[in-house]
Amino acid sequence: MNDRVAVRKTYKLFIGGAFPRSESGRTYGVHDAKEKFLANAAKGSRKDARDAALAARAGFAGWSAATAYNRGQVLYRVAEVMEGRREQFIADVQAAEGLGDKKSARVVDTSIDRLVWYAGWADKYAQVLGNTNPVAGPYFNFAIPEPTGVVAAIAPQDSSLLGLVSVIAPIVVTGNTVVVVASTRRPIPAITLTEVLATADLPPGVVNVLTGDPAEIAPWLASHGDVNAIDLTGVTNQDLAKQLEIEAAGTVKRVRRPAQPNWLATPDLGRLTFFIETKTVWHPIGA
Amino acid sequence: MRTIAEPLTTTSALREFLHGLPGVDEVGIKARATALGTRSIKNDSKSWAIDMAIRMVDLTTLEGMDTPGKVRAMCAKALRPDPTDPTAPSVAAVCVYGDMAPVARAVVGDNLHVAAVATAFPSGRASIEVKLRDVRDAVAGGADEIDMVIDRGAFLAGNYGLVHEQIVAVKAACGLAHLKVILETGELRTLDNVRRASWLAMLAGADFIKTSTGKVPVAATPAVTIVMLQAVRDYCALTGSQIGVKPAGGIRTSKDAIKYLVLVKETAGEAWLTPDLFRFGASTLLNDLLMQRQRMAVGHYSGPDYVTID
Repeated sequence: MNDRVAVRKTYKLFIGGAFPRSESGRTYGVHDAKEKFLANAAKGSRKDARDAALAARAGFAGWSAATAYNRGQVLYRVAEVMEGRREQFIADVQAAEGLGDKKSARVVDTSIDRLVWYAGWADKYAQVLGNTNPVAGPYFNFAIPEPTGVVAAIAPQDSSLLGLVSVIAPIVVTGNTVVVVASTRRPIPAITLTEVLATADLPPGVVNVLTGDPAEIAPWLASHGDVNAIDLTGVTNQDLAKQLEIEAAGTVKRVRRPAQPNWLATPDLGRLTFFIETKTVWHPIGA
Repeated sequence: MRTIAEPLTTTSALREFLHGLPGVDEVGIKARATALGTRSIKNDSKSWAIDMAIRMVDLTTLEGMDTPGKVRAMCAKALRPDPTDPTAPSVAAVCVYGDMAPVARAVVGDNLHVAAVATAFPSGRASIEVKLRDVRDAVAGGADEIDMVIDRGAFLAGNYGLVHEQIVAVKAACGLAHLKVILETGELRTLDNVRRASWLAMLAGADFIKTSTGKVPVAATPAVTIVMLQAVRDYCALTGSQIGVKPAGGIRTSKDAIKYLVLVKETAGEAWLTPDLFRFGASTLLNDLLMQRQRMAVGHYSGPDYVTID
């Protein structure tokens, strides 16, 4: 009956809007929750991390200068394209995380809604987090949120799609660019997401997705001189987290500590706020 | 390789010689450049290569918007590329427009070469009197290396005698200054032409042959550089004098620079691995070399925040 030759898949990385193989040429097998073979994924190396950081830096100038309205539109567009591939995401999440039909549909729907939620914040967070400050002098004093720069992130290991989206959306919505290391054992939903990102008006370099072992890649991102902050959300090994924090201190990065929140709950602005810098401007008013 | 029996100066004699050179196997050269580019360079060799590449850089600013302040800042950087690391070597030379040569010379003193572009750079479209005056101006202004452009129009029209005559005249006007002849390979169309132009420049007395002005879309490529390196190697075998090569334009990363060093070693030989015989014409390359150098020194990747903006 079914005599089609199987299409065997070897996925690649997502760097600067393109899909390169790992510079190291390595791949690793990905299995589903029942240990059945799914596909091969690229095993990223330190040089891939370097290339991704370079792409993220190149993408930063344009993305951070884009209007807040435009960034919101682009994130909404990502949600739109995800919605169109909803069935594929549900199947991916189901295979990766071993969830039932209803649960995996809920996870995918929440992921899409989360993007829409953050897209809505794009042109609103500055009103909430910025301020005109009362000062004891003849000045207008403004506090304006600005993006931190290039952010490295270790995506959650368990929540392969919802966790990933919940980590990268608050980083990029404010104008940061991100290098994210996807869940090691469950990278397929992240890889499907890169196919969405590549076709959703997102400028190259804004989101770069590496697959592989965080223990190998993350130290190079933590110590990298051109990465401005690191989000350790998905680091499960406490010793590694400590080592990464020490590495990050060498170049005075912002470090967000490991966390395992309930991803299905509606978030607050904590993540978004973490990766912005407040610029204060003193403007003379005469008199 | 044939010998040069009598001085070649006339168009017909030059044509006979230049068109008698063996043709370039373009596919073969490109394949060789690619093959040499994949060579793995281990850490010790890499740190040697990065320092050598820094010492070979002609730090260049050739913009209409160059100001004396910009040239002075660049010269300070050329003398001490990495202020955080005194072991970083100086570059070979600074390369500026002729009118900026005095400004550059005042900063670098006798510590570095000052190269000036002349002869109606970058197009070369001016009378020979204007070109010679341009050269004398730059030499009087303190330049000890002159980067001239050949008349590509005359070369492509087959008027080799005119090109030869102009190079000879410019060489005479240079006096003690070294002469680099820019072939502008992006406008020569074929590698055969690159080989002929290289020989023509060397026969006319060039001390260096340089690929490009950096002002046309196609600048230095590995294939072009191999052809030029072969030319200087063969010229040395024939006459015993060593001519330098300077790829310029489009070399922006340390990785590229190291690939070029491999080409030099494998094509012309180790004797050419010196700033006296091989240079990089570049502006942004230096920062990347410094970042790689810092990466090797401190063990983690560096970024543009840790080098000066030029």
